[in-house]
Amino acid sequence: MGEGKPIKLQMKDISIEFPGVKALKNVDFMTMTGTSHALIGANGAGKSTLMKVLSGAYGHYTGEIYIDDEPVQIRNPKDAKDLGIQIVYQEVDTALVPYLTVGENIMLDYSVNDMGKKQVVSWGYIHKRSKEILDKMNVKVPSKKLVSELTLAEKQMVLIARAISKTCRFLILDEPTAPLSHSETEELFRIVRDLKQEHVGVIFISHRLPELFEICDDITVMRDGEFVVNESMREINQNQVVEYMLGRKLGDQFPQMDIQKGETIFEIRNFSDGEKVHDINIHAKRGEIIGIAGLVGAGKTELCKALFGLGRANSGDIILHGKKLRLRSPHDAVKQGIALVPEERRKEGILVGESVATNLTAVNLKKFSRMNLFLNFKKEKEAAREIIQNLGIKTPGENVRLQNLSGGNQQKVAIGKWLMTEAEVYIFDEPTKGVDVGAKKDIFELIFQLAQRGKCIIYASCELSEMMGITDRMYVLYDGMIAKELQTSETNEEEILFYSTGGK
Amino acid sequence: MNTAKTIQTSKAPKSFGFFDFLYKYGTLITIALLIIVFGVMSDSFLQPSNIINILRSISIVTIIAIGITISLSVGGFDLSVGSVASFANALVISMFVWHGQGVWMSIILTILICLTAGIINSFMIVKLKIQDMLLTLAMMFVFQGIAQTYTKGATLSQNMIMPDGSFSTGIISPMFAKIGQVPWIIIIMLVVVAIVHVFLTYTKHGRYMYVIGGNREAAKLSGIPVNKYRVAAYLLSAVFAAIGGIILGARVMTAEVNSGAPYLMDSVAAAYIGFAVLGAGKPNAIGTFVGAVLIGILQNGLVMLSVPYYAMDIVKGTVLAFALAITYYKAK
Repeated sequence: MGEGKPIKLQMKDISIEFPGVKALKNVDFMTMTGTSHALIGANGAGKSTLMKVLSGAYGHYTGEIYIDDEPVQIRNPKDAKDLGIQIVYQEVDTALVPYLTVGENIMLDYSVNDMGKKQVVSWGYIHKRSKEILDKMNVKVPSKKLVSELTLAEKQMVLIARAISKTCRFLILDEPTAPLSHSETEELFRIVRDLKQEHVGVIFISHRLPELFEICDDITVMRDGEFVVNESMREINQNQVVEYMLGRKLGDQFPQMDIQKGETIFEIRNFSDGEKVHDINIHAKRGEIIGIAGLVGAGKTELCKALFGLGRANSGDIILHGKKLRLRSPHDAVKQGIALVPEERRKEGILVGESVATNLTAVNLKKFSRMNLFLNFKKEKEAAREIIQNLGIKTPGENVRLQNLSGGNQQKVAIGKWLMTEAEVYIFDEPTKGVDVGAKKDIFELIFQLAQRGKCIIYASCELSEMMGITDRMYVLYDGMIAKELQTSETNEEEILFYSTGGK
Repeated sequence: MNTAKTIQTSKAPKSFGFFDFLYKYGTLITIALLIIVFGVMSDSFLQPSNIINILRSISIVTIIAIGITISLSVGGFDLSVGSVASFANALVISMFVWHGQGVWMSIILTILICLTAGIINSFMIVKLKIQDMLLTLAMMFVFQGIAQTYTKGATLSQNMIMPDGSFSTGIISPMFAKIGQVPWIIIIMLVVVAIVHVFLTYTKHGRYMYVIGGNREAAKLSGIPVNKYRVAAYLLSAVFAAIGGIILGARVMTAEVNSGAPYLMDSVAAAYIGFAVLGAGKPNAIGTFVGAVLIGILQNGLVMLSVPYYAMDIVKGTVLAFALAITYYKAK
């Protein structure tokens, strides 16, 4: 734990590059022990990258880091830990060993780094020490319980306990509240306040503005890898923060087309997936592009998947053409005319080891087979070539394996396969994630073309500029529920962000 | 086993270097080299009668390996095929010897009974979500035990001594014996390979299986009924194991304890060697056949060179390790 006198941490002129991307450009950051500091920015602003630099995960940055005006070197995680800088990442499961006990997980650093020449594990010491730490945090998790039996919130507590099991002057919490319920968040805040009392400096990354105003003393805003402002929380309000976060607009990226809207064909009533999303009411007309806005963790992906028959405990009605659909699996959904382009395209959308043609026809092989059995390779090839040409997929041929294509072109294949089938409702979940600007434009055009053909489009994204550019109407999701329905022509990015961060 | 998946993530060959050439044609070159070496060292190796001998010797391995290939194609792995083949062998002989059934009745009943093995496997894997390899490993022992219990640990044959001291009266039909003899045994093998090749490569269902094996999540999200196809794969795997066991029975006209077990490793090896044949990069029927040929030639040649049978496993194991090395090195 830190000492009585506040210690200053400064990062000056930090830049870092990854192949092809300059992720951080001359960023400055300053905080003190005994305070909590909010770090905020839109997706891709560089918050997590900056904190990874501070915690030693990225050693190849340029710039200086000072603690109490003394220059320090942080090039690997051990450097950071030795200086008392600890981080709890958002994905708690990556840092925990599920089949070891809470105590062993808390004392993992000790077992790895501080055992020295000792070869025998002292179970007594491990459980005694971890119990001390948990007691101090006032957390009631038995140290002998297996981590695999814990809730997500408890796992987070275990990681915080591990962080403070060693010298901890600065504790970085990367979006700790995203998966937590309200009461769990309250519990976390209590611990943060206790840590502040213990002279720990807490750096808090979150997308939820109201909670930052509740828990933090200072705030740093970043945008596009650059430092924007460092202010005291008292001097700033939620609208100002939103203004700082917003970047320039990308309006001209979006095609301008007037699409004739038809009658309402798709409706979702009182829909809930039994886990993350609740009370969803959405309706969509022919040719309409409906946005699902919301920040990471708001439940967009869960909603998209549940609509595609993947939820385990769906309730409520999904109505297409006035008929109630029973969707028990994606197989049902496809048969009823619903298509989903999933977010994790490499994992869920495509077959990287198969050819472009195989990927494109996987959804509707029936169309390319004789007697619904034998494949018609000629027809498959022709159809694949047509799609490749229409979508401008950059590939040497239809037999090239997908792993040889760029991310944007892979995404076009993931979308293109659904053009082979006649779906009525197309659901897109973050279709532009990891796609370069040129390919983005092609994808937008593709979506417009689908709308022009009278399809319903549901477009989920956390990119505000896309919401403004492509949708006709949108529903803003916050914490699994629709916070607001907005007409795109009557709103702006600030308003969307306001509702997606829990504004009322 | 996520073999297929591992291969998926392999990086694209930037240049068609020596290794890619080796990957594509390595198996065929090895076969050619073996033929030359054995041909030179032994006069009788290249005799037509010996070549037919080799094909006959690999037919059971090939048929069982085809079943494994199908289970691999959906990203699974069926280790229980050897035991199912033992069971089928015992069943089909017992149908004749104990129950006096005719040829068709015996074969059909045997296949139907062995199908329950596939049903149990697929139910446990698909519904209870047990990992394929672990479950089929467990079932390997279960089916082995069932086969032994069924025969009471005895070898079944014509005129065998029954537990009550009398001799069995059933006769194994001479027509059944034909199945285990040249040319029928070879023809059956080739037909099985051809049918499964057409099924996997030229039909919609085969394509779906590869899609499932390539990326189960993507397959599901493409609307493919993933579980139905996985069940089908394990059923087919059990059917081919049963056919293998029946032909084994026809060939030796008896049912020894665990007669199918030795075929497991050869079959697994054949299927894995088959991955790389002509650069397919995934389980495929032709490749599996080539893999079986490689093993058959190796075994036959080594016998001719008077390598003792007890040292044979060293060679076969090494070949399997080598085939896996090529597959996974490529997959890196």
